[in-house]
Amino acid sequence: MTTRAYAANTRAGEPLLTVRDLSVTFLRQGEKPFTAVDGVSFDVRPGQTVGLVGESGSGKSVTSLAIMGLLPARGNQVTGTAKFDGTDLLALDNNAMRDRRGRDLGMIFQDPLSSLNPVVPIGIQVTEVLERHKGMSRKAAMPKAREMLDKVGIPDPDRRLKDYPQQLSGGMRQRALIAMALACEPRLLIADEPTTALDVTIQAQILQLLKDLVRDSGTALIMITHDLGVVAGLCDEVNVMYGGRIVERGLRHDLFAAPRHPYTHGLLGSIPRLDGARGEPLHPIPGSVADNLPWAHACAFAPRCSQPLPVCREVTPDFVEDGPNALRCHNPVGQPLRDQEVSS
Amino acid sequence: MLRFIVRRLAQMVGVVFVLSLLLFLWLRLLPGGTVSAILGDRATPESRARLEKALGLDEPLWIQYWRYLKRALTGNFGASTGVLPGRDAFDIFLARFPATIELSIFAILIAVLLGIPMGYLAARRRASLFDNSSIIVSLIGVAVPVFFLAFLLQYIFAVKLGWLPVSGRQGNINATRVTGFFVLDGLLTREWDAAWDALKHLILPALTLSTIPFAVIFRITRASVLEVLDEDFVRTAESKGLTNRVIRGRHVLRNALLPVVTTIGLQVGGLLAGAILTESVFSFGGIGEALALAFEHRDYSVLQVLIMASAATFVLVNLIVDILYAVIDPRVRTR
Repeated sequence: MTTRAYAANTRAGEPLLTVRDLSVTFLRQGEKPFTAVDGVSFDVRPGQTVGLVGESGSGKSVTSLAIMGLLPARGNQVTGTAKFDGTDLLALDNNAMRDRRGRDLGMIFQDPLSSLNPVVPIGIQVTEVLERHKGMSRKAAMPKAREMLDKVGIPDPDRRLKDYPQQLSGGMRQRALIAMALACEPRLLIADEPTTALDVTIQAQILQLLKDLVRDSGTALIMITHDLGVVAGLCDEVNVMYGGRIVERGLRHDLFAAPRHPYTHGLLGSIPRLDGARGEPLHPIPGSVADNLPWAHACAFAPRCSQPLPVCREVTPDFVEDGPNALRCHNPVGQPLRDQEVSS
Repeated sequence: MLRFIVRRLAQMVGVVFVLSLLLFLWLRLLPGGTVSAILGDRATPESRARLEKALGLDEPLWIQYWRYLKRALTGNFGASTGVLPGRDAFDIFLARFPATIELSIFAILIAVLLGIPMGYLAARRRASLFDNSSIIVSLIGVAVPVFFLAFLLQYIFAVKLGWLPVSGRQGNINATRVTGFFVLDGLLTREWDAAWDALKHLILPALTLSTIPFAVIFRITRASVLEVLDEDFVRTAESKGLTNRVIRGRHVLRNALLPVVTTIGLQVGGLLAGAILTESVFSFGGIGEALALAFEHRDYSVLQVLIMASAATFVLVNLIVDILYAVIDPRVRTR
């Protein structure tokens, strides 16, 4: 499939989720407010898989928790909108949001062991979603739970229904979590680093499972990860986040073929290659998130950038959209220097 | 599971045996002694020697212990010399044990029924007025001496206000005895006034005895709930849109109560110590009061029976707690 045809395919139709200007600021007594997510906007269309990529602290998890309404009740301030099928999720009250979670929106988490209740059998942890949202009795929900476990590839589901999380292997636990999240056939699934805590062979299986499930059910998926390998195998569209803002957006093929933001470029360059020369040094992005500049008067990434311009430390770069792609950078990779142009 | 129970019961026999030896020696090392307690300080050496011989206290310690052990194994724990002279020590224990059990059960019930909900609420509303004031109340509960609280409650609610009886287990009521648990007896025989009267007699002593277990259970519950609220699986439960009732009960409390169960078992030991003071103040007629009396009179037989029985009860309660733990925590069961 050509990039253009792919784009036409995945960007067709009205968005299922429209996030506009989402900001999350944590307010702690005696500390300066900290803005973890700063004016993030993106769309997710039905059946589409959208990646949110970035390192720890880039705001990708907070973005997803804000959409799910799972941020702590106190100590934070959420602004912007997240329209799901026309309803602004951020404006819903607690109870209305509770009705949606698990039914319209599902979520799976990073560490499958700690994300499962250790003293409740797997079967109950699946049926409780069905009891809550489908009004089923536990007895009626059990066969459906069994079917879900079977669907996510858990062998011997009858036995596993009665098992406790610690009796399952890591990969099996993540499958169980996926079964719970998908039990009510939500239209949007948010996966927050679902493979980070698993070993590599299991990672591939879980990713394949997610891929198959979203394809078969038409569920839209927001994939949150720091692993570009995950993105390459799964996502239609990728949003790269840095310091709480989206710095680059692109269709998967475009982004991997020609990353334009120096951060994206650095992320791709930092992946060690098996076909590289022996003894070739790794290419990390220097510095850490702690070096960030405030977005207010600069590009937050400037101190770590491989090709900063003076303007990068003075002016906030705009988010310039160009069809499916978008970029927030004064001096993109693979482009003649724009120094004069910007400062004039 | 069965092997575990059998092993623990065998351990219990060992504990009781070692304790019997230590207790026997320790009691005889105490200053004073049965003879002085009975005859007083001015007794002549001849009368002292006569009494010592009559009680078998003139023989070497190891012979005394051997004789005691042999008799104990046949269920004969010797006769009382001070609490109720001449009565069988084990009978005294049997007559008084139900009172202490009844008092302890009520005290633990109060502690659990107040401590767990308050601990849960305090954790849910951390740093609120309710949280802070409950912490202060629980601190006072631990800090105020039991006997002082006993006198205070007795003075206010029994003497000044006259709402509750001052002491004893039952007023002037001709009640039928079935089990020795007065409230239960009243219910079984449908003598409602007797049951109500026994309950009223229980309130102040049980309240006094419950303060320390309440404070401990409250604090442990609060800390445990706070810890569980931060667990990932609670966030998962939220992400499934479950109702508050299910999240609180199945996901938060069910996990948070595991350490609380252990604590309750350990508090039973403290309860027996607290019962000595509480029962004495309220003349409750349980083994706590009998222990204090037996101590004054250096009534070796009674002391031995009561302390051994208390120790055995403590070990047994903790065995039950351990079994209960395996029932409620599948991680223990499925390991």
